[in-house]
Amino acid sequence: MTATTVADEETPRLPTPAPRELGDAVRDYVARVRGGDVGSLPAVLGLVVLVIVFSILRPETFTNAFNLSNLLHQAAAVTVIAMGLVFVLLLGEIDLSAGWTAGVSGAIMAIAVTREGWPWWLAVILGLLTGAVIGTVIGLLVAHLGIPSFVVTLALFLGLQGVLLKLIGEGGTIPVRDKVLLAINNDNMPVWLGWVLFAVVVGAYALVSLRRATARRAGGLQSEGYSVIVAKVVVLAVLLGAVTLYLSRERSRNPAVASITGVPEVVLLLLVLLVGLNFILGRTAFGRHVYAVGGNAEAARRAGINVRRVKQACFLFGSTLAAVGGILIASRDNSISPTSGGAETLLYAVGAAVIGGTSLFGGKGKILDALLGGLVIAVIINGMGLLNQPSAVVYMVTGVVLLIAASVDALSRRRAAATGRV
Amino acid sequence: MTMPSAAAKVRPEQESAPLLSLRNVNKSFGAVHVLQDVDFDAHLGQVTALVGDNGAGKSTLIKGIAGIHAFDSGDYQFEGHPVTVHNPKQANDLGIEVVYQDLALCDNLDIVHNLFLGRELTRRRVLDEATMERRATETLAGLSVRTVRSIRQQVASLSGGQRQTVAIARSVLWNSKLVILDEPTAALGVAQTEQVLKLVRRLADRGLAVVLISHNLNDVFEVADNIAVLYLGRMAAQVTAREVTSNQVVELITAGRSGSIGLAPGAEPEDVIAEQAEIVGVPSTEDRSREEQP
Repeated sequence: MTATTVADEETPRLPTPAPRELGDAVRDYVARVRGGDVGSLPAVLGLVVLVIVFSILRPETFTNAFNLSNLLHQAAAVTVIAMGLVFVLLLGEIDLSAGWTAGVSGAIMAIAVTREGWPWWLAVILGLLTGAVIGTVIGLLVAHLGIPSFVVTLALFLGLQGVLLKLIGEGGTIPVRDKVLLAINNDNMPVWLGWVLFAVVVGAYALVSLRRATARRAGGLQSEGYSVIVAKVVVLAVLLGAVTLYLSRERSRNPAVASITGVPEVVLLLLVLLVGLNFILGRTAFGRHVYAVGGNAEAARRAGINVRRVKQACFLFGSTLAAVGGILIASRDNSISPTSGGAETLLYAVGAAVIGGTSLFGGKGKILDALLGGLVIAVIINGMGLLNQPSAVVYMVTGVVLLIAASVDALSRRRAAATGRV
Repeated sequence: MTMPSAAAKVRPEQESAPLLSLRNVNKSFGAVHVLQDVDFDAHLGQVTALVGDNGAGKSTLIKGIAGIHAFDSGDYQFEGHPVTVHNPKQANDLGIEVVYQDLALCDNLDIVHNLFLGRELTRRRVLDEATMERRATETLAGLSVRTVRSIRQQVASLSGGQRQTVAIARSVLWNSKLVILDEPTAALGVAQTEQVLKLVRRLADRGLAVVLISHNLNDVFEVADNIAVLYLGRMAAQVTAREVTSNQVVELITAGRSGSIGLAPGAEPEDVIAEQAEIVGVPSTEDRSREEQP
């Protein structure tokens, strides 16, 4: 008798299942949400409700194009830090130091470019390296020494605050005057480039969806029907098209002096990060291993996954992306002060990830969550500011929203446990 | 140490050489001699049940086979050749797969992801979902698994029997020759136990060597071709299932011998009995060995 592999044996070719058309897709989605797998739905609904409320309360100021671009600039740094936190949260770990990592990385970059006169790109690389080093240290302490990430990053939360103070000096600030650095989170793309970007994004999405469906159909697997693909592409095109159109309008208060039009440059950065990181988490073996470690570290280890290396890499991603956030903060504020990346930056970032649908318990979350959650938080801060509410109220409202998001997470988990989903 | 048990051992007549053959295998944890001169065979196309009381050394034996902790001494032959298995990777490369009692599945991933966990198929460094899904579908169909609604559902939504099925399917997805199942039916209801046992039988009928650890003699007699009985770290007997009765196996498990089968009278050194208390009371052999894994 010879050893045979079950998988290698001839098995009758199974009939190709019919493509999943729009009706089935909607039914599946409703079933998923009912089963407790709400995903980003609360964030999307929250965003819609908040936008409607603020639009009614402040129809003039909230809805104008200037405010929309302003909002995107405000959201950028927190969103990028939140994207990094998604990696850490997926493991079921936490990085409390992400805010100050942003501050310190931004400060190092600012020192390099302003005090030392380095070219902007070299300063940016140095800033990113700072984040990478911090992430590596956290990874070593958590993954190899086995200290809980809460404690490690709490220590760094305090320590990095001191480092930032030391770097800048009491009461001082480091100005950033480099044109390129300031452009990153202040300037806008030419209008035509905004539309090119729109076309590329929608076109690429349509192409990738179609190719996947065709490949799956050819391989005898269930695929998405054309109706689903067309519906998704149309929704994406309408949403992005509306935003691009709105941002293409003249929004300067005094167009004769300085014209302000076009999609903010930082949107391009956010899109690149969204697509790139999404690819890493969703389409590579490493990304799959991140979810596996977050879901069941012991099972991952027995399956031959190097759990330590995965954790190490996730903290590296987290802190490096926090450094990107620090650069955006420096660009937006034109300077780095001892409070840059401090105060509520970290909590907003964690809040953004959780509001977007990333679970604090690990194993569940997407990069898109950070973007949606970041927008929700930015809309709250922005809208409350326009309502002339004092910081006290802004903090309280943000706290309540975060609590609601965490409750949705916990409730959906309970629901999921009851219906056998995670 | 001499081998008093060897003479008394009744070996099932085999027309073919065993796939896996252990001879005089020993393993100690500190002062505790967990396995003493154990012989063990597993044949292609056969289910070999490994039974024994708590602390008899079943887990230690399979962990040695799987390379989780290597044996201290003894011959380890696979497909007729002496091999060294010092880590799980080496065992996997030989075609040895273990399905542990806790199954080691990730609840937050779907069936396909779990089947290929740690060994994802990639094409130009990108996950090849289509091929993985197709192979997973074919494997489950090949095992006549029809209870799973969708191959893309999360493992969390599966029943105990279905989870067991996924874990077993994972072990045969690769070029495996020997599949070791640790108490696959321990937590299952009657109908699900039946399903899993049928699956176990099917694996053997497809030409794999299957080692089944079980406490349930009904299960053992239902599917096993051979029964190997461990008693206080020694192999009391490895017998053909249809040549013994359930009572004889119970005697072998509890006393190490039954009539002419088993350890010779007096072959049992005093210190073994003294050790038993320790062995039973030492869950650390398992815990320690887990930590030792890379």
